[in-house]
Order: sequence, then structure tokens, then C-alpha cells
Amino acid sequence: MKVLVTVKEVATVEDEFEIDGTAIDERFLGADLNEWDDYAIEAAVQLQEDGIADEVVTVTIGPEDAEQTIRQALAKGADRAIRVWDDALADVDLLDVGAKTELLQAVVEDEDPDLVLTGVQSGDDSFGATGVSLADAIDTQWAAVVNDLEVDPDAGTASVHRELEGGVEELTEIDLPAVLTIQTGINEPRYASLRGIRQAQRKPLDHQTLADLGVDDGAVDGDLELTDMYEPETETDVTVFEGSAEETAGDLADLLREKGVEA
Amino acid sequence: MSDVLAIADHRRGELRDVSYELLTAGRDLADETGGDLHVAVVSGPVDEYAEKLDREGVDAVHTVDYGEEFNHDVYTRAITQLYDALAPQYVLAPNSVNGLDYAPAVANRLDLPLVTDVVDLAVDGDALVATREMYGGKVETTTELAADAAAVTIRSGEWPAAEGTGDATVEAFDVDIDEDAIGSTVTGFEEVAGGDVDITDADVLVSVGRGIDEEENLELIFDLAEAMDATVSSSRPIVDNGWLPPNRQVGQSGKVVTPDVYVAIGISGAVQHVAGMKGSETIVAINTDPNAPIMDIADYAIHDDLFDVVPALTEEFGG
Ligand SMILES: Cc1cc2nc3c(=O)[nH]c(=O)nc-3n(C[C@H](O)[C@H](O)[C@H](O)COP(=O)(O)OP(=O)(O)OC[C@H]3O[C@@H](n4cnc5c(N)ncnc54)[C@H](O)[C@@H]3O)c2cc1C
Repeated sequence: MKVLVTVKEVATVEDEFEIDGTAIDERFLGADLNEWDDYAIEAAVQLQEDGIADEVVTVTIGPEDAEQTIRQALAKGADRAIRVWDDALADVDLLDVGAKTELLQAVVEDEDPDLVLTGVQSGDDSFGATGVSLADAIDTQWAAVVNDLEVDPDAGTASVHRELEGGVEELTEIDLPAVLTIQTGINEPRYASLRGIRQAQRKPLDHQTLADLGVDDGAVDGDLELTDMYEPETETDVTVFEGSAEETAGDLADLLREKGVEA
Repeated sequence: MSDVLAIADHRRGELRDVSYELLTAGRDLADETGGDLHVAVVSGPVDEYAEKLDREGVDAVHTVDYGEEFNHDVYTRAITQLYDALAPQYVLAPNSVNGLDYAPAVANRLDLPLVTDVVDLAVDGDALVATREMYGGKVETTTELAADAAAVTIRSGEWPAAEGTGDATVEAFDVDIDEDAIGSTVTGFEEVAGGDVDITDADVLVSVGRGIDEEENLELIFDLAEAMDATVSSSRPIVDNGWLPPNRQVGQSGKVVTPDVYVAIGISGAVQHVAGMKGSETIVAINTDPNAPIMDIADYAIHDDLFDVVPALTEEFGG
């Protein structure tokens, strides 16, 4: 069985930052592997270790700079990686769900995986929708927000728990092939070993352009345009205690005592 | 094509609050487009739901009587068929876990642009203007959709619930579902196990987040809680890491708490966390980041390192 894992390098924002137009000023941005994808990678690698998956392939949509981040997945055990990028993508400031779907659909058609694992959402734009949209596009089953997974390759099914609101989980059986969006906490993502990191350097990382995938340039334009970005207004009049830790702790303790907190 | 179709959310025999918020969001939008507000309710006791959903501003409720519980194949088919029948301009769905299990499929199948987790909506000329957060709530953005039609999921708690009684027509919609095409079956539900403490019962919660960095450091938090005679709760990563059991987790997928005092320590205030604690009487945040979203709902704050403040606070309470 072949497992495809979608991975994304997300932008992280420093505590203090400035906004430049409709983006955060690059000086205040860092990069990291999307938190949810780390769990999806671990789920795939565990399927491989259990002898259920015989190949784990990752796919990312991202520029060359993202390669270091996606090699983390190779270092943790994925066999090879695909990176989709194109000059046409460099000009798009918000790649919408439809555009991502179209690109990933083309990769799925080439790779023909039995199982696709994505993160529930990405930590930067947080649409939380690409996995399910992709499932529909490639005409397979799906499940969103999965926090428990068992695959039965002989029966061609997966038993999943979907994490609903309020501490309730839905138990669902789905037919494979399928796309599952993986929730944090489903497993304990491993750290890459030194050996894994060395091996990752030699694993194939294949770059594909829109033309390689047979996708039209127009597909990535999308219908969404980011028109403004700003810091949200606060909803409360927050009282900030200033001073040294001893002073602020003293002020806070006075307040808490007023509110009825007692030792 | 100026109508709005809103999809109600329900689970295990009850309409969820966001259903009534969708009515308000839908009515506001329909007022801007000059169209009608249609509401669809799929599966479960639909007639009973329809009665409840007939609130002020609703023009029509469409019931799809098929199965008891949520199934995304049924939802996707029912909504696409309703869309074909009603030709609305906008489809509004909840940004709930189930909403995210069908809305993207519906949008893809209908070839509609999709914008999720929206906190505000407006129409500007031909464009739909959606307000949403990025980077875990550190910034807010406006996004314009220049399309004839769109699918939108709305965040819960952002619109007031619709009230009053309406005079909507209630119509049963006959959906055509090919049983063979249903590839998923819900076999049951499971509640996350209880445990030693009930954080929903506590008057004072000392709540710890990823800022604590290491499991060993939790001791600082327990020391403070003991000194303050408070209960320890946490954000999700602490539970994901296995440092505290699930019954300590505050938030969308954990517990909803309403203590007199909630002290958030090293917690950023992501929407899914805030959903579980915003009803607290007094909210205190201890966080090095003055721009953390938790500051937007905090009443009192210390912008400093928890490793300095927490021990000092413990000492204040004689710990
Ligand atoms: C479907 C779904 C359901 C979810 N359900 C929940 C839920 O029920 N509950 C929940 O909590 N989350 C939930 N989440 C996760 C949520 O999106 C956030 O990822 C999570 O709440 C972040 O936890 P945090 O604030 O502890 O961590 P972070 O966001 O990493 O924040 C850590 C904070 O600590 C501060 N900090 C760091 N070091 C220090 C220091 N030395 N001193 C002081 N401050 C410091 C940082 O400035 C930062 O603000 C859910 C997500 C999804 C997608």
C-alpha cells in the first residue's frame, strides 16, 4: 500500500511584528513544518513500520527554500518527496483551497496512492479544507479531524475516530482509498535521528512544475484576493501590570485576593 | 441568483448553537443581496428541527429526512441537489468539525470558491468580503471573492443567535441518494474518559500552555495552584504531549469552563482554546508576547516570562 502525505512549510510570526501591505513584513517571519503535518508524517511512518504501507511519499507546494523543512519528513522515514512549484505560483499571495486541490489532484493522479494523509489545517492560513476538497476531486472517501486510525489493508477499510467538539469522538468506518485529515495528539511524532537526517540528504526530492503536472497556469489564480491585514482590536480593556516579576506578581496577587482567591 | 442557503448543524438529537447564528449571518447576507434566506436541515428529527429553525428572517426551511446522524456523503449529496434546485448565490455552513467534513466537498463538487472560518461578512458591489484570522489569530484579514457564487463556513460565536418566530415555509426535499456511493459509516460515539478532577467545577483555574516548554516545569504550575487553592487545567498541546490527561484540556475539543478566575499561563489564545474559557468571570494572562491573541480577551495581563512571574506569584500566596 502506498501512502501520500501532504506537508507544508508554514510561516511563523515573531512576538513583535509589522505588517507590510497585506502581508507580515518578512523580517518578522520564520519557517517551520506545519504542526498538524508532523502528526500525519508520523502516522504514515508508523503504517510503514507495521508493514501496512510499503511506500511513503510526501508532497508539498512550496518554493525551493522549503526543501529543508520537507526533508524533515524524509529524515523521519518517508521514502521520497515531491515539491510542486512554478513561477506562476510565486506571484500568488493567497493560494486558495481550489488551487491547492487542483495541484494535489494532479500529483495524486500520477502517484495513485491508497491513502492520503493531510494535516487538519495549516497553522498560517488555517483554511482546514484542502484534504476534504482533494478527496472529492479525486473521487475517494475521506474523514476530517482524525485522532485515531487503524487500517485494514485486506478489507480495504480504515477505522477512524473523528474528534468532534466537546470531548466526543465519532467512530467511523471508511472504504479505501481515502483522504484523512490528521489531528494533533493522534500519536507522538518522533524526532529525526542523526542517521535519518544523513539518509534524507540522499533520498529523492523531485521538483514538478505546473507543466510537468499538466495543470493550467490559470488554475492557481483562484477567486480569493487578500485585500487587507491588520492587528485585531482587543475586546476588553486589559489592565497590564508593569514592573519587575516581583512587582507584577504582587499586584496580581492583590487582585486575585480581591477576587476571592486565598491561600 | 441572490438567495442564501444556510445549513443547520446538529448532533445526537440536538441542534447546535451555531445553527441559530447561521440564521443571523444568512439573514444579514440575504439583506445585502436582496434575496431570500433558505435553511436546510439534513438527517435526524428534521421536522422538530425545522420548527426550531423557523425564526425571524427565515424564508424557507428545507428538510432532508434521511438517516439519523451526520454522514458526509448524505450531506454532500443533499446540499448539491438543493443547490441545483434553489440556485442560491451563497452557501453558508458552520465551521464545525462536521462542517469541515462536507463543506469543502460541496464547494469542490459545485465548483464554488470556498472561504472558511469567517468572522464577518459583507457584500461590496459584486464581491463578497470575508473577514478571517491568520497565524493563529495574530492578525485579521479581509478577503474578497470576486465570484458569482461562493461557499462560506462561519466561526461559531461571532454572530448573535436569531430569535423570535418566523413564518417560513417548511418543505420536505426529496434527495436522491445512491446507497452504493456511501463509503463511510458512523458506528458510534465515544466520550473522552473522565478522570481525577472535574475542571468545570473549579472556581479558580490555573491553566498552562506550550510556553511551559518541558514536562518537568509543570511542577511550577502545580505549586502555584496548590498555593492558590486552585485547579490545574491546560491547553491542547500539553495533553497532546501526554503531560496531562484529556480531562484537563480546555477548549473546543476539551471542556468548556466558566470559573470565577482563569489564569492563562503561556497560552496564546487560539480560537479553539478561547471557545472553552471565554465565559470565565475574570481572565488573567501571563505571556511574554504582548500581541498574543489571549490579550484580546484578557482582563488583566503580565507581559513577562512565566518562569519569573509564576514562582514570585506562588511566593505571594505563601507557597
Ligand atoms: C479542530 C481543532 C480543535 C482544537 N481544540 C483545541 C482545544 O480544545 N483546546 C486547545 O487549547 N487547543 C485546541 N486546538 C489547538 C489550537 O489551535 C492551538 O494550537 C493551541 O490552543 C495552542 O496552545 P498554546 O496556546 O498552549 O500554544 P501556543 O499557541 O504555542 O502558545 C504558547 C504561548 O506561550 C507563550 N510563551 C512562550 N514562552 C513563554 C514564557 N517563558 N513565558 C510566558 N509565555 C511564554 C508564547 O508567547 C505563546 O503565546 C484545536 C485545534 C484544532 C484544529
